[in-house]
Amino acid sequence: MKRFLLAAAFFAVLLLLYLKNAAVDGTLAKATVITMRRLLAGYLIGLVVGLPLGLLTARWKLFRDTIGTMALGLQTLPSVCWVPLALLWFGQTEAAMLFVVVMGTLWSVVIATDTGVRNVPPIYRRAALTMGSKRLHMWFKVILPAALPFIVSGMKQGWAFAWRSLMAAEIFVTILTGFGLGQLLHYGRELSAMDQVIAIMLVIVVIGLLADKIFFSPIETFLHRRWGTSQA
Amino acid sequence: MFVTRAIRLGSKATSSVSEELRVIAPSKLAIEDVSKSFKTGTGVVQALDRVSLQVGEGEFVCLVGASGCGKSTLLNIIAGLEKPDGGNVLADGKPVTSPGRERLVMFQEPALFPWLDVFGNVLFGLKLKPNLSKKNRHDVAKYYLELVGLSRFEHANIHELSGGMKQRVSLARALAPNPRVLLMDEPFAALDALTREQLYGDIQQIWKARRKTIVFVTHNVREAACLGDRVLLFSPHPGRIREEFPVELPRPRDINSVDLAAHATQITKALKSLGKAEVTVAR
Repeated sequence: MKRFLLAAAFFAVLLLLYLKNAAVDGTLAKATVITMRRLLAGYLIGLVVGLPLGLLTARWKLFRDTIGTMALGLQTLPSVCWVPLALLWFGQTEAAMLFVVVMGTLWSVVIATDTGVRNVPPIYRRAALTMGSKRLHMWFKVILPAALPFIVSGMKQGWAFAWRSLMAAEIFVTILTGFGLGQLLHYGRELSAMDQVIAIMLVIVVIGLLADKIFFSPIETFLHRRWGTSQA
Repeated sequence: MFVTRAIRLGSKATSSVSEELRVIAPSKLAIEDVSKSFKTGTGVVQALDRVSLQVGEGEFVCLVGASGCGKSTLLNIIAGLEKPDGGNVLADGKPVTSPGRERLVMFQEPALFPWLDVFGNVLFGLKLKPNLSKKNRHDVAKYYLELVGLSRFEHANIHELSGGMKQRVSLARALAPNPRVLLMDEPFAALDALTREQLYGDIQQIWKARRKTIVFVTHNVREAACLGDRVLLFSPHPGRIREEFPVELPRPRDINSVDLAAHATQITKALKSLGKAEVTVAR
């Protein structure tokens, strides 16, 4: 036990040293910025494309039978499976990376939006109809807000999937336009530098937590308060 | 997006709060030979069979019947939420083809929007009314919240309200766009007796103050006798209006008064004799 603790403490020191050095020479900050840029771009595209697609599949049978079924199928596909195709289509470029992230995010957003819209109690629609709400007003002021709890949980899931996809993409795709966190992790492995590998893993976890606390938590707290769904 | 723009453009010519709160003439409803059937798992159910009914301006009509006798369907057809298979619904002589804010519905289930607070809910219908400035909308919403006695709960979330308060907000929301007709679908069925008694008083007062034509659906005979100028008995399979009882008691009526009980007993008797003829089955 004592030896184990000693070894763990020794490793922790190595880890901290790596983190300190990486922070001082800027590799960590640079990699984080590059990764976050890729992540946000892919995630936003996934949201912007996924939300309307989800609305379409919820509203029209034609889209449900085509895009909806495809979304269900593709959601089960780990996005790392897109890497070979992405490399073939886009070469070793940022576009390949972006494509993999979008594929990771898109389908869960489509499915969550679709589920959310279908779970809107019909009585809300009817009540709004009698008050003169129609078409766009109905979509934006009734159906979307009513589906919000589902959509937000879909966005959260999409965020997690985007992270996974990007890490996979960065590990498998080496490009010269920037080294992200995934690439740092990959070279840590190549060099058997386990302090680097674990430090990067830590950074990824911390970023994930921060994103949740800063972005998703406030929205969820608001939803719970309004809907009265949880005492959190 | 086009919708919001249209409203903004329209709001240049504003109508004043007093104009908006003006007591307007209630509608006259004519229901002519309305039929409606539904397909269910076990076959076709004739919900309404050539139902005809005249409702005068500012009249309070109660439809009474067992569950599943088609009275809610009739209400939905008057609202324009459902289309009849045959027959016509005329409001002030014009056919009803779609839902509209001239005829607002108060549902049995809470249909309040949980993503808005109390004030937002009352404001919802007003925001869809052109020619009202933002301030005027707020003033009108405040007036109706005051009318139902919930000014203090303006910014409460819907789930924080009791059942009775929720129905009061629903009433305020339905009244706010100043409809000519109020359609009420068992609005008090889920409330406790004490709250209900309070609301009977309130609804009579509001009906008198705001002059609306009200069609009120219920399965509670006493409630019908307390509120209605006329009580219509529905029988199921197929849904038809069987009998009509005028209630000529002075208002405001107390649900516990002896005269009212006498009326209610008479109506209940008639309802029971209808029930003997056919077994009522809940839909």
